Amino acid sequence: MSGLTEAREAPAASPRRQAPGRRRFPRGRIGYWAASLLFVFVSVFPLLYALSSSFKQGAGLFSPTLWPAAPTLANYSGVFAEQPFAQNLLNSLLVAGCVVALSLGLSLMAAWAFGRVQFRGRGLLLMLILSASMLPQVAVLSGMFELVRFFGLYDSLGALVIADLVLTLPFTVWVLVTFVRQLPKELEEAAAMDGVGVLTLVFRVFMPLLWPAMVATGLLAFIAAWNEFLFALTFTLSTEARTVPVAIALISTASGFELPWGRIMAASVIVTLPLVALVVVFQRRIVAGLSAGAVKG
Amino acid sequence: MSRIALRGVSKFFGNIPVLKDIDLDIASGEFCVFVGPSGCGKSTLLRLLAGLEEVSAGEIEIDGLLVNQLPPAQRNVAMVFQSYALYPHMSVYQNMAFGLQHRKLAAGEIEQRIAGAVRILQLDGLLQRRPRELSGGQRQRVAIARAIVRQPKVFLFDEPLSNLDAALRVQTRLEIARLHRALGSASMVYVTHDQVEAMTLADRIVLLQPLAGRTDALSVAQSGPPLDLYHHPANRFVAGFIGSPAMNFVEATVKSLCHPGVAVDVLGTIWDARVSSRGLMPGEAVTLGIRPEHVLLGQGTQRARVSHVERLGELSHVYLELPGSGTALLAKSPRDDIATDELLPFDLPPQAMHLFRSDGVAQARYAAQQPADPAHSAFP
Repeated sequence: MSGLTEAREAPAASPRRQAPGRRRFPRGRIGYWAASLLFVFVSVFPLLYALSSSFKQGAGLFSPTLWPAAPTLANYSGVFAEQPFAQNLLNSLLVAGCVVALSLGLSLMAAWAFGRVQFRGRGLLLMLILSASMLPQVAVLSGMFELVRFFGLYDSLGALVIADLVLTLPFTVWVLVTFVRQLPKELEEAAAMDGVGVLTLVFRVFMPLLWPAMVATGLLAFIAAWNEFLFALTFTLSTEARTVPVAIALISTASGFELPWGRIMAASVIVTLPLVALVVVFQRRIVAGLSAGAVKG
Repeated sequence: MSRIALRGVSKFFGNIPVLKDIDLDIASGEFCVFVGPSGCGKSTLLRLLAGLEEVSAGEIEIDGLLVNQLPPAQRNVAMVFQSYALYPHMSVYQNMAFGLQHRKLAAGEIEQRIAGAVRILQLDGLLQRRPRELSGGQRQRVAIARAIVRQPKVFLFDEPLSNLDAALRVQTRLEIARLHRALGSASMVYVTHDQVEAMTLADRIVLLQPLAGRTDALSVAQSGPPLDLYHHPANRFVAGFIGSPAMNFVEATVKSLCHPGVAVDVLGTIWDARVSSRGLMPGEAVTLGIRPEHVLLGQGTQRARVSHVERLGELSHVYLELPGSGTALLAKSPRDDIATDELLPFDLPPQAMHLFRSDGVAQARYAAQQPADPAHSAFP
């Protein structure tokens, strides 16, 4: 992912460096490209190595060449054949989808309240929400466990949705509050003249205008929920309720005495692909979302 | 019927008074313009009418109904915002239909109203566009159309022309005047800082003055037909605000009270002013006012040096240096051959004079039209 953003930035930065010196490749420019390449290589290498390993089998796994000697798809079929990996993928999709929908819906309403309604303790409440995201996951784990047990959600996807909201909500609320504050006040007043209620205002006037910001924060929430490991490991027990990060970590062979690296890598690649696809599709929106509003509402 | 009545309306932001004790009646179908310098609270007064701000004291009635507690949508008013405030993500059609759909109007009725507004404001062919695909003038028309389709009793305009360029402003001004005639019974309340808009559009001008923390002043400096404010300003503030360039003010003392009129002494020269002498005493310090367009050049017994000339083509602004004083007297002249440093004869006709007492209140003038209804003017 960092490779992608790097590639975008490079051409934008280059023209202004060219003007003063006559030489086509001044030293600074070479250094710039060398540093960029090194950075891209370091960030992409683990992914490349995982990709390469996923096509290797047996002893080939332990040779460090990037190009597999005898490429095979056996690992990929094995992942789906020997455990309910499709079920796990579906679980992850459900959990991440619900988390995105809930956190965007809730935080949009919260953002309107924090951004536009004057009430006592607004600043304090906003700080509290932010500070919730400062606690390490481990610190809230046991309390969260009690909560999950209380609601009878142990070993179900609902537990993960609630737990993941704790991770995503502070961030989405904060980002959307900033964007709501930038929306022109007149729009809200025009809506008041039209006689619309709060929910219509938030979801039919604000939401379409905040769409770029929603896409950006929603994507980040999706990634957070998709990759979440600790809660998923703690609150689920059965193989059928697992999400993919846990499923991958618990992949084992029948004997239990060796780690099936090929299948682990294949599963990792499968899990990464949707994220890469999402980022590529929404990349423009993210950049627009994170920089929009600064110029023009 | 859409009468608006304000009774003792005041507005405070914290402890700071913005509007104080406003009593105002706007008749049905009247075009009323709130005008005044920045910070006089004219937009705030409009927002009080709209219901976007709450009054701190007093009552607002629209059509005999007390609306203090009613939300904006139930007051039967429509507002055109300075920034237009069109919904950027909706087409022109949706912008107009949004409020109507929300009021659960029948689809046919909505179609019909929008078709009517499109005809009045010539929006044909723009209905499917987004606001960002429209020019400033088109956005303005859409904003007005969105107000029209609601068929309100009162239209509220908040500086609707200030974002348009000069040519478009004149054109849209005419359109708004035409619209007012076409819509008949609906009242219009219009806020502007531009006195040309105020003079040309208004049936009645309400001139507001900034309170600036003062507790003795009232918000409404004068209210009345445009020409009343021009010919019979109730006080110095009104006299200085209406008219462009602004009225000349010269310090003077009362020499004698004649009948009819007052003789005043300006730096040793005696001038006659055809104003009421009621309440004046000889020797009292007053301010003499005369509009640049009423100063006569090229005649009279007094002479003054021309210190500066601005030639605008159709006329010239001539700055006269009054003998023995540093203050310049501005005169409008159709001549464009007046040179700087020339010694020009000039005259100040008695019937064009305004006289203000030291507290700023104007002496009634005999000349021109009948004075405005005294109930409409208020100063300290």
